Amino acid sequence: MTDPGAHERMTRVQELLHAAWEFVVGDDWRTAIGVALALALTAIVAAVGIPAWWIMPLAVLGLLARSIRRAAKDPPPRGG
Amino acid sequence: MSGAELGLALSVFLACAVEAVEALTIVLAVGSTRSWSSAMSGVGAAVLALAALVVALGPALTALPIDLLRVLVGGLLLIFGLQWLRKAILRSAGLKAKHDETRTFMEETQAARAAAGKDSSFDGYAFTIAFKGVLLEGLEVAFIVLTFGANQHRVALAAAAAGLAVLVVVAAGAAARAPLARVPENTLKLTVGVMLSSFGMFWGAEGAGASWPGGDGALLAIVPGMLVAAFALIRTQGPTRPQRVKLQTTSTDPAP
Repeated sequence: MTDPGAHERMTRVQELLHAAWEFVVGDDWRTAIGVALALALTAIVAAVGIPAWWIMPLAVLGLLARSIRRAAKDPPPRGG
Repeated sequence: MSGAELGLALSVFLACAVEAVEALTIVLAVGSTRSWSSAMSGVGAAVLALAALVVALGPALTALPIDLLRVLVGGLLLIFGLQWLRKAILRSAGLKAKHDETRTFMEETQAARAAAGKDSSFDGYAFTIAFKGVLLEGLEVAFIVLTFGANQHRVALAAAAAGLAVLVVVAAGAAARAPLARVPENTLKLTVGVMLSSFGMFWGAEGAGASWPGGDGALLAIVPGMLVAAFALIRTQGPTRPQRVKLQTTSTDPAP
């Protein structure tokens, strides 16, 4: 038999996680993934002793431009 | 005060001012149409909840190892900052409808009048709407206060900058007795987006093991660089005429 209380708790946890995701990541998850990958690449390059400071500026500019371009191609019907 | 601390204070002040303008619009609408005392009780309860969040999480964050803190907080701040910057660029380029505080005020006022009448001295509707408005707008500020403050072990300075911004906006709202529709909200959001993204990028890369040329001085190149990139995107990504016409007929959306 399943515990209805446990199901309700799970739903609340899922709602909380969804709200946290929406709050931090918002409507462009590709940018968030890109930032995480760029930080990982920076860590790898720095670990092998090669200067790695240039990776983040390049990645951020590229991610922002792509994100804006995606939105410009397909603007939302309302404000959001 | 160092350049990084000044950047911290300025970023938190501007972000908090933007959110405070939006929260003020909601509180003014329910306060003037329903009950000032209940609306102000809602504001007080939300401010207490936000303060408790900062006090509880601030010391926990500052206890983390500095490199882990920087890569974690820098990454989150960068993702969060790019959200602000993206929306501000889209609005400036005419690809997204701008926030309209006067319209929000009218909508909130109509909703407050339409809600069921008060049956006691305490107005639950005014309390709840004011509480939710301040809490939701304030969460973004609490996030910025915590991430900026913890990274430089200056949570108190970040909280003071946030408090000052609230005082300035509330004083302006009290003087105007109307929503602050003339505040250049999108320009402020663009500025905050640039600051959050720049500091997030700087701290994230440092935490990941990179060394910036010139140390903290690199921020003097990163911040203007992000600003130039933002303006370049606004200029190059403007909408076609049909898109612009369509946007002029749309409504606004919540922050950021």
